[in-house]
Amino acid sequence: MSPDSAAPPLVRVAGLVKWFGAVKVLDGVSFSLERGQMIAVLGRSGAGKSTLLRCINGLEPIQAGEIEICGHRVAPLDLIGLPRRQNRRVLRQDVGMVFQSYNLFPHLTVERNITLALTLVQKKPRREAREIAIQVLTQVGLVDRLDAYPEQLSGGQQQRVAIARSLALSPQVMLLDEVTSALDPELTAEVLKVMEDLAERGMTMIIVTHEMGFARRLADVVLFMHRGKVWESGPTEEIFADPRTSELRQFIASVL
Amino acid sequence: MVQFNSVHVLYLFEAAKWTIALSLIAFTGGAVLGVPLALARVSGFKMLRLAAAGYIQVIQGTPLLIVLFLSYFGLSIAGYRLDPLVAAGLSLTLYSGAFLGEIWRGCIEAVPRTQGEAADCLGLSRLQQYIYVILPQAMRIATPLTVGFMVQVVKSTSLASIIGFVELSRAGQIINNSTFQPFLVFALVGAIYFVICYPLSVASRRLERRFHVAR
Amino acid sequence: MSYQFDFSFLGERWPAFAEGAWLTIQITLVAIVLGFALGTACALTRVYAHPLVRRLVGGYVEVIRNTPLLVQIFIVYFGIASLGFKLSADVSALIALVVNLGAYTTEIMRAGIESIPKTQVEAADCLGLSRLQVIANIVLLPAIERVYPALTSQFVLMMLASSITSQISVEELTAIANVVQSETYRSFEVYVVVALVYLALSLIFRVGFWAVGTVLFFRRRRLGAAL
Repeated sequence: MSPDSAAPPLVRVAGLVKWFGAVKVLDGVSFSLERGQMIAVLGRSGAGKSTLLRCINGLEPIQAGEIEICGHRVAPLDLIGLPRRQNRRVLRQDVGMVFQSYNLFPHLTVERNITLALTLVQKKPRREAREIAIQVLTQVGLVDRLDAYPEQLSGGQQQRVAIARSLALSPQVMLLDEVTSALDPELTAEVLKVMEDLAERGMTMIIVTHEMGFARRLADVVLFMHRGKVWESGPTEEIFADPRTSELRQFIASVL
Repeated sequence: MVQFNSVHVLYLFEAAKWTIALSLIAFTGGAVLGVPLALARVSGFKMLRLAAAGYIQVIQGTPLLIVLFLSYFGLSIAGYRLDPLVAAGLSLTLYSGAFLGEIWRGCIEAVPRTQGEAADCLGLSRLQQYIYVILPQAMRIATPLTVGFMVQVVKSTSLASIIGFVELSRAGQIINNSTFQPFLVFALVGAIYFVICYPLSVASRRLERRFHVAR
Repeated sequence: MSYQFDFSFLGERWPAFAEGAWLTIQITLVAIVLGFALGTACALTRVYAHPLVRRLVGGYVEVIRNTPLLVQIFIVYFGIASLGFKLSADVSALIALVVNLGAYTTEIMRAGIESIPKTQVEAADCLGLSRLQVIANIVLLPAIERVYPALTSQFVLMMLASSITSQISVEELTAIANVVQSETYRSFEVYVVVALVYLALSLIFRVGFWAVGTVLFFRRRRLGAAL
């Protein structure tokens, strides 16, 4: 996965500041991501990792800073404090997000979960949507569960469906927010395998995770966050082999 | 055609007193009826359970107006002439008794089984379990719902007007028949009902919120 | 005092009862459809619209829920007539019933809509669905399913409350009962019969709603469980 240095970065974040009431959750976060790279965002709970992802995807409004993703500017709050709706819809086509709690739609079958956005947002005909659904489900290894309902699946299977659902929209970047944290240990492996497969196919990904081994093995860049700031960042092996700050050293020691 | 004036307004307020009086009668009677009904519904005796359930189902499946007509016109033809107030009081008591019984049954059943079991393990008899552990908790759960039901009782007293009892709605009709200003008259009537009912609704919601917080 | 029960009037008067019952059913069905539409629209407003609009709708709901249906019917019937419009009793009654049911439905549906976890809405939003698409596909049907028992109970109550419209001479079941008992002097028997008919109607409606439920929420039928 060598970065294409001639092209502009796919994701660029500069000086991101976010407040939740009186608490400064993100304090000047900056990084950039090339096409085909995977960034792993690490850190303790409350460091601001999930918030960072949510801001990048326009789920949370930001107070200062710039976010540019796939050529879209994610706008901060406008003059009367409302996020710009148009911007977000267009953004959603290019950025896929998978959540810790999968958030599958319980009243729809697996197939319909996947084809819903394909038919409603991308306006694809039903038959084509179904074929795409079959394709992505095959990729995550669940094509035989096409007609099942989410509650009939295990946590790991539901999460894989959630990944497939996002993937079906052909995003340019995928954001994965602690997607294995809610799973039993035995089910984590199957989801990690899917993520590895995605990375090998060249998907640009930002993942927030506690799976150190996975991050170390597959991420190109690591962002270590502490108290809302990017405490350290750099190529994966360098970060792990030679942490510069004591916080990162303590963090690595506590998880490995 | 008479012009609507302050005498009419006073007349409405007088009638409102009767609305409140009838509401209190209906609610008290309903409560007295509702308690044994609720207990019967959760009792161990199948016949008792079925009888109570049957009564509640019948009342809840019949319009209040029909119950009123039965007790006023029906009984009078059968030889028992009832005063409109008595007939209304009786009907509303039967009606609210059924609903309160059902509400309170739900509240008794909402108290976790483990509470009764814990009391049982401490050696309390079934009666003691009810009095000291289950019913107090059931009453706490029941309070917001019961206050909310009082709103229903007040509104249902309006039907007593149909059998001639002069409460607020009837007073409104009487005034309208002489002043022919329905919007003004009935809006005022509605406003008086609102002033009686709205505080109860608000209280019911507040109680529910407090109950949930405490839980 | 001995009283001889005499149900013989049924022999020749039963068509009148049937017609009255039929009108009751018709009024109820129309009121349910329109009232539900109104209530759902208002509930969506209560959840998603501008704060001022939300307050207005809230005001409407509170006024209706804290005043008797009888008074509401009088306001519609006598009030509109006093403005010079000629509205039939049936239409006036229907308007009052729809406005009334709309208010109760608003609160029930609002609870249902708000019970859909925000994360669902968020996930749909992240897939690019518009607000309207999210509501139509993700929120509405599950919301209805969650509050279905409360909703159908309210509908049955509305059917029973339709008896009040007899007061503005709508010729539904209760009005027919009044007429028959005034002619036959068999008040007790007449009202008992009518009570039984209402009970039967309640049962029929409840079964009907259950059947509709199994069709609408076929997922539940397939899995044998609720949402």
